[in-house]
Amino acid sequence: MELFLYIVVMALVTYLIRMIPFAFFNKKIKSRFLKSLLYYIPYAVLSAMTIPAIFYSTGNMISAVAGTVAAVLLAYFGAPLIVVALAAAFSAFITGLFF
Amino acid sequence: MKIKDFRKGMYHGMPIGLGYLSVSFGFGIMAVKSGLTTLVAALISASNLTSAGQAAGVGIIAAGGTLIEMALVQFTINLRYSLMALSLSQKLDKSFTLPHKLLASFGITDEIFAVSAGRKEKLTPWYMYGMILVAFTGWVTGTVLGASAGQLLPQSVSAALSIMLYGMFIAIIVPPARKERSILVVIVIAALISILFRYLITVVSGGFAVIISALAASSAGALLFPVKGEEESE
Repeated sequence: MELFLYIVVMALVTYLIRMIPFAFFNKKIKSRFLKSLLYYIPYAVLSAMTIPAIFYSTGNMISAVAGTVAAVLLAYFGAPLIVVALAAAFSAFITGLFF
Repeated sequence: MKIKDFRKGMYHGMPIGLGYLSVSFGFGIMAVKSGLTTLVAALISASNLTSAGQAAGVGIIAAGGTLIEMALVQFTINLRYSLMALSLSQKLDKSFTLPHKLLASFGITDEIFAVSAGRKEKLTPWYMYGMILVAFTGWVTGTVLGASAGQLLPQSVSAALSIMLYGMFIAIIVPPARKERSILVVIVIAALISILFRYLITVVSGGFAVIISALAASSAGALLFPVKGEEESE
């Protein structure tokens, strides 16, 4: 029962955070600064979430760095999302065998 | 038109769904390690559809934290979705009525946002439903697979799989950074501030650190390289 409550709280908070601005903000934003801010936000969020957390993701910094390098290189050359993610895991795995 | 949009959304959702399938595998492994059943792990994935928030949530459940702590942590880690939702609210098609907004907002994730934000066209509800359905299916299926079969994998494999989520983030931010210098600058600033929080300003929790880093970096971007608005020509 308590477990169920935890899940309800988690799901409800997460939903409201997404729903309220999406459903109840109907104005067009005119401010050029705000528009620009919203344009850059996703990239900034993902970057801050990834670095430096990615280096601790595998529990072995050397394998994590190898995975990161593989991901950045493949992403730079335009490989699809799934290929980049799998390549990161694969090179982290191989490196992890040696270090 | 609805079916066409839905199909297009599903098609654009394929890489997300496949990515989620493998990433949520890691979440399933983690949930079982924290003492949850496969069913509970699947329920969490199906009701939350978020990576970092779920991982933190399972940690709180395992540690027996309070419900208030749960609410605060979810709020902090997932607050970025508000910014994404706000950003998407600016490019919705007229067919996006309130019921559609209530339903589609459930599926705003980092990746769905990134793909939707990258579209030139206005967003329609059915396009988003197609994408969300594929992503949702991948996320829940991967959780179930990871939770039920994860323990069979050697530790070296499951450790390597935990990098996939971040690999996916890199795949989303690097190509636009290559095309636009302004995005590259924003990404570098955000990373630097985030590193600062990790090693120097350690009193700030991880969720807040992400929010502050992101707001500071995108404000800098907005000041240095304001985007050309469509409305300006009107």
